[in-house]
Amino acid sequence: MVQINLPKNSEVQKGKYYQDKTGSKNIRKVNVYRWDPSDGENPRVDTYEVDMDNCPSKVLDILNKIKNEIDPSLAYRRSCAHGVCGSCAMNMDGKNGLACTKPHSEIDGDINIYPLPHLKVKKDLIGDLSGLYKQYQSIEPWLKTNTKVETTEIIQSKKDREKLDGAYECIMCACCSTSCPSYWWNGDKYLGPAVLLQAYRWIVDSRDEERKERLKKVADELKLYRCHTIMNCTNACPKGLNPAKAIAELKKMLATS
Amino acid sequence: MSSYKIIDHEYDVIVLGAGGSGLRAAVGLSEAGLKTACISKVFPTRSHTSAAQGGISASLGNMGEDDWRWHMYDTVKGADWLGDQDSIEYLCKEAPAAVIELEKYGVPFSRTDDGKIYQRPFGGMTKNYGNGIVQRTCAAADRTGHAILHTLYGQALKHNTEFFIEYFALDLLMKDGECKGLIAWNLNDGTIHRFRAHSTIIATGGYGKAYYSATSAHTCTGDGNAMVLRAGLPLQDMEFVQFHPTGIYGHGTLISEGVRGEGGYLVNSKGERFMERYAPKAKDLASRDVVSRSMSIEINEGRGVGKEQDHVHLHLSHLDKSIIESRLPGITEAARLFANVDVTKEPIPVVPTVHYNMGGIPTNYKAEVLTGNDSETVQGLMAIGEAACVSVHGANRLGSNSLIDLVVFGRAAAKRAAEIVKPGTPHENIGEAETEKCLERFDKLRNSNGENSTAELRLSMQKTMQSKCAVFRTEKTLKEGVDDIRKAYDGMGSISVKDKSLVFNTDLVETLEYDNLIRQAITTVDSAYNRQESRGAHAREDFPKRDDEKFMQHTVAWCNGRDTKIDYRPVTKTTLTNEVQYFPPQERVY
Repeated sequence: MVQINLPKNSEVQKGKYYQDKTGSKNIRKVNVYRWDPSDGENPRVDTYEVDMDNCPSKVLDILNKIKNEIDPSLAYRRSCAHGVCGSCAMNMDGKNGLACTKPHSEIDGDINIYPLPHLKVKKDLIGDLSGLYKQYQSIEPWLKTNTKVETTEIIQSKKDREKLDGAYECIMCACCSTSCPSYWWNGDKYLGPAVLLQAYRWIVDSRDEERKERLKKVADELKLYRCHTIMNCTNACPKGLNPAKAIAELKKMLATS
Repeated sequence: MSSYKIIDHEYDVIVLGAGGSGLRAAVGLSEAGLKTACISKVFPTRSHTSAAQGGISASLGNMGEDDWRWHMYDTVKGADWLGDQDSIEYLCKEAPAAVIELEKYGVPFSRTDDGKIYQRPFGGMTKNYGNGIVQRTCAAADRTGHAILHTLYGQALKHNTEFFIEYFALDLLMKDGECKGLIAWNLNDGTIHRFRAHSTIIATGGYGKAYYSATSAHTCTGDGNAMVLRAGLPLQDMEFVQFHPTGIYGHGTLISEGVRGEGGYLVNSKGERFMERYAPKAKDLASRDVVSRSMSIEINEGRGVGKEQDHVHLHLSHLDKSIIESRLPGITEAARLFANVDVTKEPIPVVPTVHYNMGGIPTNYKAEVLTGNDSETVQGLMAIGEAACVSVHGANRLGSNSLIDLVVFGRAAAKRAAEIVKPGTPHENIGEAETEKCLERFDKLRNSNGENSTAELRLSMQKTMQSKCAVFRTEKTLKEGVDDIRKAYDGMGSISVKDKSLVFNTDLVETLEYDNLIRQAITTVDSAYNRQESRGAHAREDFPKRDDEKFMQHTVAWCNGRDTKIDYRPVTKTTLTNEVQYFPPQERVY
């Protein structure tokens, strides 16, 4: 039988243990993936004992508490802290989500925090999203129109505008794409749910005049049809969007056009 | 400092920051054929423009008659006559075309029944010079900033703008009073980059994180403002810090003014709609400084709600469910996540929360940075967006005037740069001294092994600003602020940075950000201490009246670290053209 093992330098080691120093009676153990490209060491999982009596409700609050009070070297992205910028996407308790909107009370037992799965890690919880960003660029996310009218808006009915709901709200956090086994496997060629949702957003925009060309461009064995309706994407989306449905719609459009 | 590997770049123009204004400028520069680099410490769509909710103002007149002159009057009045009327004329006149342009870029605006851009009422926006409410704020549901930011990023991609993402800018390169570019640290691989440019455009946003409770993102640290201070240039009107009336109590998350625009209202512990007493005409849609002060008075006089009676309620459960679903879906989600409230059934607990900096880098309406000495400009340096003080917002910004500021002046900066810079002009040599000085500060902070953690010092700064330089100010609190904030500054003498690495060293990033914030905090509290009047967002209990004779002037403040120098320069009292007349100061009532 074939055995698949991680290369020696990728094996995750047991890391440091940071014991609580506050004397709190309400402690939770938080296990965090750590890797620093500068020290030549293997990745490890550090454990922090965190005083929950003085910690607000979200996982990001825990990370901030660790960084501010226990270990300032912990690296993660964070910005808006209320679920619109998409910076703090990570894997918590085995599920992708935004640390700033994920309540830690929803997690039983120890809290395990890892980077988004299947990305190259830059440091600790920071993943490399450059591949996904390139794919985003490839779907040409801008309005294509030949309208000559410059002084007024392009008229769009409320009904046509509604078609963009559920698509334009995407914050590009990559929770969906990095939860998709098909994207794990073929992430270099398959566009993945986040980018396909955006492709869909421009295809259904009534103002766009290159619907057909756009459709043709995604109609590809690898770019689109590597979606096998696993639905992890929809399950993972922290904004409650449904990329799987958008992908299904794309396939339907192609089947009927 | 030769231990640091330095990589050199040459561009016609560089833009620092990739939020709404930075991206709009970058698009215009690329269109003009200038070799442009856009440098940002975060990926563009992570910028804080994404958090803007309610909308973008422009007198399109889609919901009834409107006129850019009315918009101008409202902005002048909202600014409590501290805005420069030439710039305000430019903003309001250019606004409709700028919004139409955004729509053509693809922004998914909400629509009216006849398919035009939907516009909602917003605080301080009136028709016919203060006579009745107008619907002027163009909205994409309550996610307007997000929609605009993502669309502008798409446009930048369309124009092949060169991005340098997750680069943290350290300092400007100055030579004989002219700006020649900047130095940045690439977080991805730890290298130092020197960007030379004929024009450098700062679009780094505000510095809300100088305060403890702010709607601002963690990354709102005003890095560009601090770079300007370190270059020996002044910041303007820094005492004017906007408190948004409706931040979620205890968490600070923004709840859009659009909620009140759609018919929501504020209520105290007695169940009174108290805004009727403070602003009989505009009520809950008075300008933000007025509403925030009224809420603070209600709370201070014991009519706050909750166990501590320290906040008020925002009601919207009386609104039609379909309106909440279609026009306010984002705040519905935010209220559920951060206040555990179902807005269709319960009110949202809200409190005035730091939201916006009217002050910043002084510029003229072409976005050129001023030396602080009359109308003299700094060669090679521009500023736009929240980082800039044009000044269109004066002492108080109206809601939805910030998004329009971003695109109008982002575009203006690109236009001006295209006039000044000829593509491909060779760069002159600059000495190593500036680079050395910059890297010395960087290296010193990186290798500091003192007693004080960055987080502790930051917290002390934030608490000082929150308690000493808030909605209401007095000589006593401000004097304490002036002293206490310097203790936080002095703490840097013994700061500690644990992480010594160069790749994504966020410990060092936060320390550099703290160094940036503390200089702006000092400038803010000193400017506030010296302004002995009440105007817009600057409310002095000991000087409750506006004093036009002495203080209808911009504060200009230099800060070399611990010490500041405060001066004043006149407000522009002329308009740009004779299409509109100057609006002389009046008593400001809503």
